[in-house]
Amino acid sequence: MLSKRLIVCLDVRNKKVTKGVKFKGNIDIGEPVELARQYYLDGVDELVFYDITASAEKRPIDIEMVAEVAKTIFIPFSVGGGISNVDDMRRALLAGAEKVSVNSLAVKNPEIIRQGAQAFGNQCIVLGMDAKKVPVSDTIKSGYEIVIQGGRTPTGKDALEWALQAQELGAGEICLNSIDADGTKEGYELELTRMVSEAVQIPVIASGGGGTCDHIVDVLQQGKADAALIASMVHYGDYTCSGIKEYVSKKGVKMRLK
Amino acid sequence: MIAIIDYKAGNLTSVELALKHVGADCKVTDKPEEIARADKVIFPGVGTAQSCMDNLRNLGLDLALKDAVNSGKPVMAICIGQQLIFEHSEEDGGVDCLGILPGKVVRFDFEKERNVKVPHMGWNEVEILKPHPILTGFPDRGECYFVHSYYVKVDAPELVYAQTDYEGNRFTCAVGRDNLFATQFHPEKSGEDGLQLLRNFLNWNGKQ
Repeated sequence: MLSKRLIVCLDVRNKKVTKGVKFKGNIDIGEPVELARQYYLDGVDELVFYDITASAEKRPIDIEMVAEVAKTIFIPFSVGGGISNVDDMRRALLAGAEKVSVNSLAVKNPEIIRQGAQAFGNQCIVLGMDAKKVPVSDTIKSGYEIVIQGGRTPTGKDALEWALQAQELGAGEICLNSIDADGTKEGYELELTRMVSEAVQIPVIASGGGGTCDHIVDVLQQGKADAALIASMVHYGDYTCSGIKEYVSKKGVKMRLK
Repeated sequence: MIAIIDYKAGNLTSVELALKHVGADCKVTDKPEEIARADKVIFPGVGTAQSCMDNLRNLGLDLALKDAVNSGKPVMAICIGQQLIFEHSEEDGGVDCLGILPGKVVRFDFEKERNVKVPHMGWNEVEILKPHPILTGFPDRGECYFVHSYYVKVDAPELVYAQTDYEGNRFTCAVGRDNLFATQFHPEKSGEDGLQLLRNFLNWNGKQ
């Protein structure tokens, strides 16, 4: 039986893993390669690296870091941030990443999904999407709108329609982040996650709001997610990946245990 | 030296890095003569059956691989590499493959209402059916990383070494014959248990 996955997200700024704290800016957590190794040995199923300043600084993703990570861990990892075309994707994949993630870029240019999928296979292309709850309207029938630029800019795109369109274009996986839940540690957006996961045939990673092990159980069971993304739960040492997976497994969710 | 066959099928870096990590002397190559000289061969790959077979034939690597298998040197195939060593794949409307082992490659086919996700992507249990030198030290029902939409139906059950269950479909995930061993999962992306299989390949003389 296929296991549900626990994925740790590492936001990288100036070669350091960082975590945004509401109203307080960002604090450094550690070195990306060291943290990757630590989570790898602790049994994490997959990692995601976001080069969060690459786009703003108009530079490609830090390929040196990708290559160092690939030498250090032997599980899949994806990278995002600073991917602006197929050549950037190729460099990241050749450096050893398993998948590349596109978000705002795909909203502005959906064809990038098709181009990436044709060049490297669907399984290499992850669509990251940030969704925000809005009143149901003629244009936003699902009640969730796609937002970009860290949630500041609404796009007028319906989240559910966008997920289906991205699947059609060749996305191999969706990383679905709830802007409303993100950073709250009060639990994932179960309604949104379930709606998207039941509508598409590709795996869905739930993101935003994870604060306790029970939140993870809920999003994998009720939310029907294939994987749960976490960050601060493990970055501050409150939890370990192995501890979380053991707990979630005891609650009846199939997880890979050591 | 281990030759990693480069037939322009996706990412070979992770295979190369994992082999180097376990101490292998290896080289990614698309030259038949280098494959002929190598002590061992890895046939990896990510991609679709048609483009992979086209590339193999255009580069003369189909014959190089068959020669390697016939020579008795240890050969390991991974993922689409494992699929291509069989006779035929139903991917891309039907593709004739290398025909080294008897069997065919078919797509996961679940009833639509069940909404089972394809590709089969993630970690799943590898149930060992009988021992093999490559599987030494691997825990029975240990989990490995899979990403694929097609799987092999082997015509000779004695070649099957391990299987995996995906939503009630038990499919072959490891096959072998003489000096050839192949897995559907990715040992190079399957953590320490996966690395153990690559270590075993390093130590394997190609005999059962």
